[in-house]
Amino acid sequence: MSVNYGSKRTVVGAHYGLRDWLSQRVTAVLMAIFTVVLVVQLLMPGELGYERWAGIFAAQWMKLLTLVVFVALAWHAWVGVRDIWMDYVKPVGLRLVLQVATIVWLVGCTGWAVQVLWRL
Amino acid sequence: MAEMSRQRPVARPGTMRLVDAVKYRLPVAGWVSILHRVSGGLMFVLLPFVIWLFDLSVSSEASYDGFTSVFAAGVGPFAPWFLKLVCLALIWAYLHHFIAGVRHLWMDATHSVSKSQGSFSARLTLLVGVLLTLALGAKLFALY
Repeated sequence: MSVNYGSKRTVVGAHYGLRDWLSQRVTAVLMAIFTVVLVVQLLMPGELGYERWAGIFAAQWMKLLTLVVFVALAWHAWVGVRDIWMDYVKPVGLRLVLQVATIVWLVGCTGWAVQVLWRL
Repeated sequence: MAEMSRQRPVARPGTMRLVDAVKYRLPVAGWVSILHRVSGGLMFVLLPFVIWLFDLSVSSEASYDGFTSVFAAGVGPFAPWFLKLVCLALIWAYLHHFIAGVRHLWMDATHSVSKSQGSFSARLTLLVGVLLTLALGAKLFALY
């Protein structure tokens, strides 16, 4: 197995860190598109009350888009928050606990979001 | 002489600690970078708060009234101004993270990574983020 720490670590090679780099960008683009789609719908004429606001998310395509974007958000946040732990938290045990807590946090939030969307 | 060169320098810097980082003067692109991280961390921590607000706002007519009263009457021990301030912080975090992210994508796509371009786009990122935050914040605090 190749060494990925210390002075003899492998710093070059196929796909070294590419997956995280790419997934963070792909998920970012998805969220940016979602933001534009939502803002366009909000800028449509008419008073913005409960009916119109809930109506935006009641449409099936918007529900699915919101779900996809929420999963993208969780994935994106996982890569980013894991980077923070890897940069600042050196004790391996504590880092593992924080990483597990991050996954629990994000999966929990995703579940809640799914519940909110499909109750609509 | 060969013996001499093998000796270690006296004041060898050790591993850099997080507190050492504050001793450096950050260039403007460095500020955008660390604020990208700070804003991302903030949104991660406050994600349940955002989902809770979303839940209130879409679930029913009655919960929507609850959503508006969050900003009119507050919730539990939290005053409306405090909750608005938290939302303002989230608005800034979203905008800064968004614009700094687009800046990243722009640099990835165009390879325009000269010092002057980086500095300019970093200033633009900070400025546009703050200006849009002020515009939306004025709306949030009902100034217009």
